[in-house]
Amino acid sequence: MKRGDFVGHVAWTGAGILYVLGAEGIVRSAASAAPDSFSFVQISDSHIGYAGPANPDVRGTLAKAVATINAMPVQPSFVIHTGDVTHLSKQTEFDDARSILGTLRAPLITIPGEHDVIGAEGPKRYAASFGRKEAAGRGWSSWDQGGIHFVALINVGEGETMGVLGEEQLAWLDKDLAARKSDTPIVVFGHVPLFSVDPEWGWNTSDGVKAIAMLRRFSSASVLNGHIHQVVEHVDGKIRFATARATAFPQAKPYTPGGGPGPLKPAPGTLLDVLGYRTVEVSMLTAWQDHSLDQA
Amino acid sequence: MKSPFLGAVALVALLAAAPITSKPGTIVHIRDDAFTPASITVRAGDTVTFQNDDDDAHTATADDGSWDSEGLNQNEKWSHTFAKAGTIKYHCTVHPFMHGTLIVKPK
Repeated sequence: MKRGDFVGHVAWTGAGILYVLGAEGIVRSAASAAPDSFSFVQISDSHIGYAGPANPDVRGTLAKAVATINAMPVQPSFVIHTGDVTHLSKQTEFDDARSILGTLRAPLITIPGEHDVIGAEGPKRYAASFGRKEAAGRGWSSWDQGGIHFVALINVGEGETMGVLGEEQLAWLDKDLAARKSDTPIVVFGHVPLFSVDPEWGWNTSDGVKAIAMLRRFSSASVLNGHIHQVVEHVDGKIRFATARATAFPQAKPYTPGGGPGPLKPAPGTLLDVLGYRTVEVSMLTAWQDHSLDQA
Repeated sequence: MKSPFLGAVALVALLAAAPITSKPGTIVHIRDDAFTPASITVRAGDTVTFQNDDDDAHTATADDGSWDSEGLNQNEKWSHTFAKAGTIKYHCTVHPFMHGTLIVKPK
């Protein structure tokens, strides 16, 4: 094994962050989980208020996701919704979303998507419905749980163009991360992908590279986003990125010729195949290294 | 040689027509993630209607924040009367790559 590969391997063994994707994933992983393991769930892009051909019943599919999560034998430590809870930021949409998400057994954390902060009233309605009192600035926050440092970033919203973190938030993030040791596992949430998926469709964060630069010194950093209604994974050095499925409707693959970022009507009978949520289990594994003498 | 003459007449007619595109009831369609037409000229006092033809949500929002349709679902419309002359750039807040220009000429 080349030395570069070797280092990469150790980094990921030490990181111990195991993604389990799919509908039954958490059941399988929870059954074999060590007692001190830690898990959470990510759901995204529920678009409550949308009623087009791509999914005439977005409330029903969100309720199905919630019921499935509630049925997990080991409940996650929290469920994070990574934005676009609503479609048009209307009060009735926030009310509907609250009534469904309010039935989650696990604690709920949300961050807004651009559909949650439309118009002058959108940000106020979002804050009234889902705002977190521990958040700073326009809603960003961080916390420590299960040996992990979690960061929830806001890259949509009032005073900013979509896909921008802004200098105030970047300064906060720099200070927040500076206080963490490099071997602390970091998990970052945001709505719009921090890495560039497809800028022509608004699937990027224009100053995301500044946040990514701050994450480079950590031996394990994971960035989990929503916004694009499909799973796209990306690795940059020791940083892993993954976007999530929606609970509402699918969207086209990035760079699809003639396509766009809007709702995509799935083939009949396939809607539930392309919707979903993500379970994440974190296990602090013992890492070992084997050394040959030619590297001594 | 009839055709060059006719061509010149047609060009004159087109130039004459260009400034009079605006009248009350002007519609900007939001279609395939674009404002159509992308640039429109109206007179001060005219009303412009923005109509969302897409299955996705859109807004028509002035870059300077002076007006905002807020969220429009498919087939929803929003109208605004432009009282002052000037050039206004606008965008869709949920699709910031969508841009439009509205030129308001004096009455």
